[in-house]
Amino acid sequence: MTKGTNLTASLFRAEGIGKTYPGVRANDDVSFQVAEGEIHALLGENGAGKSTLVKMIYGLVRPDEGQMSLNGRPHAPADPRAARAAGVAMVFQHFSLFDALSVAENIALGMENPPPRRALAARIARVSQEYGLPLNPARRVAMLSAGERQRVEIIRCLLQDPRLLIMDEPTSVLTPQEAELLFATLRKLADQGTAILYISHKLEEIRAHCDRATILRHGRVVDSCDPRAHSARELAAMMVGGQMRLVDRTGRQAGEVLLELRDLSLPAPDAEGTALKSVSLTLRAGEILGIGGVAGNGQEELLAALSGELRSPPGTIALEGRDLGGTGPQGRRAAGLLAAPEDRLGHAAVPDFSLAENTLLTAGSRKGLVRGGLIDHRAARAYAEQVIHAFDVRTPGPGTAARALSGGNLQKFVIGREVLQAPRVLVVNQPTWGVDAGAASAVRQSLLDLARSGAGVVVISQDLDELLELSDRFCALNEGRLSEPRPTEGLSLDEIGLMLGGAHGMEVAHI
Amino acid sequence: MIHLVPRSQSSLAWQFATPLLAVLATMLTGGLLFWVMGHDPVAAIRTIFWDPLFGPASSYSRPQLLVKAAPLILIASGLAIGFRAGIWNIGAEGQYIIGGITGAAVALAAYPAEGMWIFPAMVLAGALGGWAWGMVPAMLRNWCGASEILVSLMLVYVAQRVAAWMAFGPMKNPEGMGFPGSRNLQQYPPASNPDLIAGTGAHWGVVAAALAVLAAWFLMSRHIRGFHIRAAGIAPRAARFAGVRPATLVAFCLGVSGALAGMAGLFEVAGPAGQISPGFGSGYGFTAIIVAFLGRLHPLGILLAGLLLALTYIGGELAQLMMQLPAASVQVFQGMLLFFLLGFDLLTRYRIARRVAA
Repeated sequence: MTKGTNLTASLFRAEGIGKTYPGVRANDDVSFQVAEGEIHALLGENGAGKSTLVKMIYGLVRPDEGQMSLNGRPHAPADPRAARAAGVAMVFQHFSLFDALSVAENIALGMENPPPRRALAARIARVSQEYGLPLNPARRVAMLSAGERQRVEIIRCLLQDPRLLIMDEPTSVLTPQEAELLFATLRKLADQGTAILYISHKLEEIRAHCDRATILRHGRVVDSCDPRAHSARELAAMMVGGQMRLVDRTGRQAGEVLLELRDLSLPAPDAEGTALKSVSLTLRAGEILGIGGVAGNGQEELLAALSGELRSPPGTIALEGRDLGGTGPQGRRAAGLLAAPEDRLGHAAVPDFSLAENTLLTAGSRKGLVRGGLIDHRAARAYAEQVIHAFDVRTPGPGTAARALSGGNLQKFVIGREVLQAPRVLVVNQPTWGVDAGAASAVRQSLLDLARSGAGVVVISQDLDELLELSDRFCALNEGRLSEPRPTEGLSLDEIGLMLGGAHGMEVAHI
Repeated sequence: MIHLVPRSQSSLAWQFATPLLAVLATMLTGGLLFWVMGHDPVAAIRTIFWDPLFGPASSYSRPQLLVKAAPLILIASGLAIGFRAGIWNIGAEGQYIIGGITGAAVALAAYPAEGMWIFPAMVLAGALGGWAWGMVPAMLRNWCGASEILVSLMLVYVAQRVAAWMAFGPMKNPEGMGFPGSRNLQQYPPASNPDLIAGTGAHWGVVAAALAVLAAWFLMSRHIRGFHIRAAGIAPRAARFAGVRPATLVAFCLGVSGALAGMAGLFEVAGPAGQISPGFGSGYGFTAIIVAFLGRLHPLGILLAGLLLALTYIGGELAQLMMQLPAASVQVFQGMLLFFLLGFDLLTRYRIARRVAA
């Protein structure tokens, strides 16, 4: 089988694809092609039109104009089933697996005509062996790590013998080692002639692993290049259409201890939760502490224990020497300990409430929006406007419902709502998850500025680049245990990977 | 083929339109039903919706409107607060009965004393009784995780048995010549709840209902607790993040709706009903659920919906009298109203689109 990027061997071709949603031109005259055996990156900020484009290839959305062809035949799938029949497979960012079922059962559910259970298990074992994706077909999905769950999705796709495999931000949930394993698999697939369309906004991994990149901005193809021939900064400039603003880390000094967690243990709040096991940390004024780890290892519980949603025994949490273990969220806010949870819609904000009303969730007492139990709606509106203005939240105004904002804009609002309350300590979980590059750098800069003003910041994140960029000290949260923090300066990505994955007993790739 | 497409933001216009559509659809279907049963549909609908207000006998039926609407509005105002928070008190009927009993108990204990304190004490006792009956499902939910829907509903039947026991036992009128039922409070002025302005139907319960509407509006739109209640109903995690304790909220909502239902029971027993009878309780607690939803869980909406449902009660009785329509037809009407409302409600969150044939 020939391998290469010459145009004659192009397997998939899109010409002049356009799609308009009410008020948005999601794709405009998009043309590109993917060759057999090529790992092709689709690069762009959130909202650049990547998802719409691949949804059209996978038959979830139909283009308004333009043509696609696959294997030299016109490709216009009416639904995903037709797309699969034509040889297109897709691994989504969010997994669609049933926790209570086994790996084999989950895979059988996704098949048109599942073979007998035993034959299927054998096929799964064979494919996972062949592509270096260690997976036991009999295990329950609930027991699997994010990386293993992704392998289930990939194997589900591979059983269809796809010609074109679409992967939507696959590494966002993986440790560096898991990501390496994934890339080895993708390379192997590509060597056998499968074309891979790889969606991401992580520039380094695209530079390291992709053969070509098509760059989208505002729904249009702005460039197509060999990513290995460009620096990450050049790619970023193509992606956002200008120079990336680098965050400014200067001007911070570690001061007195602000927040202290001593031997904090909490049982799991529910069946899917993670127990916190003897978590200890200290945070100084002006410092940013980064906490890495794959989601589901106690990140949400740690945030809840700090925000006051989960209470803890006396003596476990102290802010500036004051014991806060038994204090609820409102009392902690009054004391100066603020938090911004990961889940923007439904946790950090009420989706159906306006931005003005959403300020009342956390800023009532510190900003005087609620006095003696009475809501000052005018003050809430004014504060929402202040946040919108200071954090460049793109929205018609404070009367807009939170759910109508894009992820990046809502995140800027949520972070801004807390930062402008001048906290002593701010705890954030996944501050830039699913946020476009421009908004992400604005959010990160605001956290650095907050630390410079003398506050302490705890950043919980899965994004290692982000943690390395922001934090002074780094520690890993793994199965509810927090590792000893280490200075970020001089820490290599490999060392971090081991801190994160070590306790999991990461399986070694058998390739 | 038609199919449903979710709206990005729920439609405000439809929020107002669906209750009206539901009323219209109820009239049409109800008319159809009466026609099938061999009655003149136009006359039946007119008898139910028009005659009580403007018909020949309206001077009698018009005051009844307030008499029937007051308990509905009072109870629904409380229920709506809990419904907004996702706390489903289905047992207002039971709280209403118990409130009536505890309120009447104060009066019967005081009999034949005179004094200005008696009636206020009865109101308080009625509210307390309803509150206590509401706290049972609240505590069972908070401590054992029991569904407040089932517990509050089942307590209705317990309350009905208690009422029967009271009427035959402890509260039986010693001068009642052996008939079941308590003394008639209408004949005991310090404890009675007559029309404040004769012939209008406006007793103290009407005043209380008006106050409840105002207080509920204030709570839900001006007070931080109301904000937390609304937040908890839409996004429970966000409410917890804001500092709401779910257990406190459960106790508050069931307590408030119980107390208001209990008060409604007291006003009824001291006024229009007059006594605790074996069958005390007339379904107001259940109809109030329809009122709460028909009124969009909004205090002003509840005011209007309460009046409308009161109209169906009176109109139904009138139709029974004038046209020999079966008594159950009123219940069918009220049931249809809720059914159509919930059905049309779909349109506030979804829009109907025509699928192009593939």
